[in-house]
Amino acid sequence: MNYIVGVFKQPCVISVKFADGDTRKQATVKKETGQSVELPVFSSKDTISGEVHIVPAYGKKIDHLGVKIELFGQIGLSLDRGYDFTSLVRELDIPGEIYQHKVYPFEFSAVEMPYESYNGARVKLRYVLRVTVGRNFPSNIIHDSEFWVRNTSPPPEKINPIKMEVGIEDCLHIEFEYSKDKYHLTDVVIGKIYFLLVRIKIKHMELEIRRRESTGSGANTIVETETLAKFELMDGAPVRGESIPIRLFLKNYDLTPTYRNINNKFSVKYFFNLVLVDEEDRRYFKQQEVTMYRLDP
Amino acid sequence: MQNSIPDGFPSTNDQEKLLADALALVQHHAFYMHRALDNNNLQDALKFSAQMLGELRTSKLSPQKYYELYMKTFDELRMLEVFFKEETKRGCTNAYLYEEVQHAGNVLPRLYLLCTVGSVYIRSKEAPAKEVLKDLVEMCRGIQHPVRGLFLRSYLSQISKDKLTDAASEFEGCGGTVVDAVEFVLQNFTEMNKLWVRMQHQGPAKEKEKREKERSELRDLVGKNLHVLSQLEGVDLDMYRDIVLPRVLEQVVNCKDELAQYYLMDCIIQVFPDEYHLQTLDTLLGACSQLQPSVDVKTVMSQLMDRLSVYAASAPEVLAEFSQVEAFSKLSEAVIKVIEVQQDMPLVGAVCLHVALLTFTLRVHADRLDYVDQVLGACVKKLNGVGKVNDSKATKQIITLLSAPLEKYNNVVTVLNLTNYPKIMEHLDYGTNKIMAVVIIQSIMKNGTFIMEADKVEALFQLLKELVQDSDGSPTLDELDEEDFMEEQNLVARLVQMLTNEDNDEMFKILITAKKHFQKGGSKRLGYSLPPLVFSALKLVRRLQEQDKNNEVDKVTFSPQEQGSSTEADEANISPQKVFQFLLQTVDSLSAVPAPELALRLYLQCAEAANDCDLEPIAYEFFTQAFVTYEEEISDSKAQVTSIHLIVGTLQRMHVFGVENRDTLTHKATGYSAKLLKKPDQCRAVYVCSHLFWIEDEGGVQDGERVLLCLKRALRIANAAQQMASVTKGSGGPVTLFVEILNKYLYYFEHGNQHITNAVIQGLIELIVTEMQSENTTQDPTVDAFFASTLRYIRFQKQKGDGVAERYAAIEV
Repeated sequence: MNYIVGVFKQPCVISVKFADGDTRKQATVKKETGQSVELPVFSSKDTISGEVHIVPAYGKKIDHLGVKIELFGQIGLSLDRGYDFTSLVRELDIPGEIYQHKVYPFEFSAVEMPYESYNGARVKLRYVLRVTVGRNFPSNIIHDSEFWVRNTSPPPEKINPIKMEVGIEDCLHIEFEYSKDKYHLTDVVIGKIYFLLVRIKIKHMELEIRRRESTGSGANTIVETETLAKFELMDGAPVRGESIPIRLFLKNYDLTPTYRNINNKFSVKYFFNLVLVDEEDRRYFKQQEVTMYRLDP
Repeated sequence: MQNSIPDGFPSTNDQEKLLADALALVQHHAFYMHRALDNNNLQDALKFSAQMLGELRTSKLSPQKYYELYMKTFDELRMLEVFFKEETKRGCTNAYLYEEVQHAGNVLPRLYLLCTVGSVYIRSKEAPAKEVLKDLVEMCRGIQHPVRGLFLRSYLSQISKDKLTDAASEFEGCGGTVVDAVEFVLQNFTEMNKLWVRMQHQGPAKEKEKREKERSELRDLVGKNLHVLSQLEGVDLDMYRDIVLPRVLEQVVNCKDELAQYYLMDCIIQVFPDEYHLQTLDTLLGACSQLQPSVDVKTVMSQLMDRLSVYAASAPEVLAEFSQVEAFSKLSEAVIKVIEVQQDMPLVGAVCLHVALLTFTLRVHADRLDYVDQVLGACVKKLNGVGKVNDSKATKQIITLLSAPLEKYNNVVTVLNLTNYPKIMEHLDYGTNKIMAVVIIQSIMKNGTFIMEADKVEALFQLLKELVQDSDGSPTLDELDEEDFMEEQNLVARLVQMLTNEDNDEMFKILITAKKHFQKGGSKRLGYSLPPLVFSALKLVRRLQEQDKNNEVDKVTFSPQEQGSSTEADEANISPQKVFQFLLQTVDSLSAVPAPELALRLYLQCAEAANDCDLEPIAYEFFTQAFVTYEEEISDSKAQVTSIHLIVGTLQRMHVFGVENRDTLTHKATGYSAKLLKKPDQCRAVYVCSHLFWIEDEGGVQDGERVLLCLKRALRIANAAQQMASVTKGSGGPVTLFVEILNKYLYYFEHGNQHITNAVIQGLIELIVTEMQSENTTQDPTVDAFFASTLRYIRFQKQKGDGVAERYAAIEV
């Protein structure tokens, strides 16, 4: 099929091979279509090198105005068309003809990629290597190949526990404690909930991990919240004085580090939401922001 | 999601259906789980097992049904456990598995899986057992639903029980020490108990009773922990005393729940060794008084005392321990305290406690009568605030209380030493008191206990008050059941035989005491109680007499003194005279009852005894009394006949009388005989009187003439009777009387009375023959036979060929 389509649409097959493609770590990323693809993972200051292969269609010859490879960092919001925050170019070939399989090595050394790739509800941040075979007519032949960027950060200097007493007067008073306010992505949340006063019939209690993605600024801010995890902590009605342990392994959930004001475009924040549900299915909750970070592996 | 808490559980039918559905779903998920296990697919196995365990999240099943569901999943989890074990052999670390199962989103399946992996983890010894156990027991706090929590923790207890870091177990050492094991079990126990207690508050108030029943069904889940504790080798006395018991009791006391407190106290007592209980009595008893007022403390404490007493009985050397720890005083203090604290405890409870304490005391300190008395004293104190006990249950318990020492000592005398014993009896109502009195007497009879001291007798009669006399609360005698009354009084009468002492002085004192009490009994009782007393006194007389015979000298020296002080009954030295005085008074009171016939018989009995003692004036006095009684009191003709025969019989044997006295008495007796109402009676009495003049004993009177006189008179009366009969009835009476008189004649004839001659006998025989042939005479075969055999006797004597035969020869038959 591709072959036949190629006959009409693309006169050649372009592919990018990374230098250490076989050994490089892969990230599984979900596309909008629902399919998962594996993408190579890079970090900021990595040198991205490899080869571009151009294979002309059988018996065809390509006249081109030059071949180049670009590296984009792009933030795409669902409503606008996207915005490039990084763009690097390498010319691969001067104008000429390609009539057989041609290989161009390329290298972007120590590329600044300050932002991580991100695939959110409304925001996408992606890095793309674009190979362009320039032509006057028909239009340029373009091939995009995406890669994934993850940046680790050093452990935060100061990690504080979260401790808080909340309640509804004469109804429910609890004290909860999370061991930290900053977690790395494979961290374990340890904590406990201590019941100081219980006058309602609680059915169960769970801990939600929520992600809040905000885009725009000022009055135009749009906030999208997703619940990534629901973790039941307690079953049944506790009495005064009970203390319920929390132990939640984060690595199972698809979390990213907290992103604050990425390129003035968007932020991603994480929250722990402690929810108590009573017998009438009323929900009592308390949300706490936590900072996520990516630790050196 | 089924974890909403409903208003009570659905009906039984629905329960069955719900259970069936749940079981089917478990089966379904288990199938996929098995498939995943077969494929070694850990992730799927975890997923399906979590789904399977999700069925346990239901709130709709009653505890019983929930248990069935639990058992089903329990079996499946065993498979999973095996799989986990295999998985670790394939290179998967336990730590990894332990983390992996914790990703389950729902807390209940997560914890079941965690426990299951934990079990494998401990067994592998890759992590210290204590750490894993501690983590598990902590994490299980996530289940606050009572039933689900109980079952989860029970699962934890189940899988961990062979993995505790007990002394000498394979997990001890780096895995932890026995302290850790104890800590783990205690914590699980505490949490389970909390959940269990909380169960009662779930759901509507109207179903509380049903819920309590269901709760009761789950109690063994909680109690199991105590059992596990008791099985730990490493728990020695010190640890039990310092850690285990205080912690368990703290939980028991603090949970403030009736059902739990009762059950757990019972559990503690049952599962831990008696030796430990003995050494920790303070603590254990201290807790008893802190329990809720509604708790059945008495049963708990009773059980404790019961166990301790069995323990005490097990080995003699243990007894020393009991004294060493002052078990008794501690127990008795505890009993008092518990009764004090539990204001609402019904009386029966308090008494029950005392019964238990008494049983304990009797078993352990049987030799300490003061302890026993102390227990009774404590009970008296309690009863003092109550007055007469009307509660039937309490009464029953008091009877048990009072019977216990009787049964233990088998000896009333011991019991009589208990000063508080009668005080308790005072609190019983009339009927019960009587029952108790009967029990006491029966005990005496059964064991053949002799009561040998006067003060003991006094004490005994205090106990038997209701039987011996009328008191304030008692119904009048008419209201009593005749038969019961007789039976009771017969018992009292039998009792008299047991009041005895070898020592004569003491014996006499006993008699006086007994009489004092009997005399309060009123006329109806005296008839039963005095005769045995009289015979008892007579026995004493005979004993005295024998001693006198053996000790003639003494008698001589003592006689003068006795004369002077004979009225004082309390005089230390006792003589037959004094006893007779006593007898006289006793029988006197009988005749006043009135029971004249009985009195008469007793007078005669006494007279005979006096006769044996050679005390003529006394014997005479008795006879006088007998005659007075006869004259004044006995008016019934039949009774008169009997009495005459008795008098004559007795008088005939008297040898103590001088001629004058004897004449007076015989004269009187003959006179009475002639004055009887019916002729035949007269006749018979008169010929019987003839014996008064013919005494075969050595030195006896043998006045043949007066004998003949009597017989002739009898004959005359017989004639008169015959004539009267022919006048009134138209025909003569039977000749029985004549034949009887003939027999008398023959008797004297044989015994050599010279006044009885052949001729007289011959005449009488002819008279009889004539009478018999006369038309007027009623034919009676028995009389014929009587006469015929008399004649045959004469013929036989004639043929015998000795001295008698010669005399008979002259008589022709």
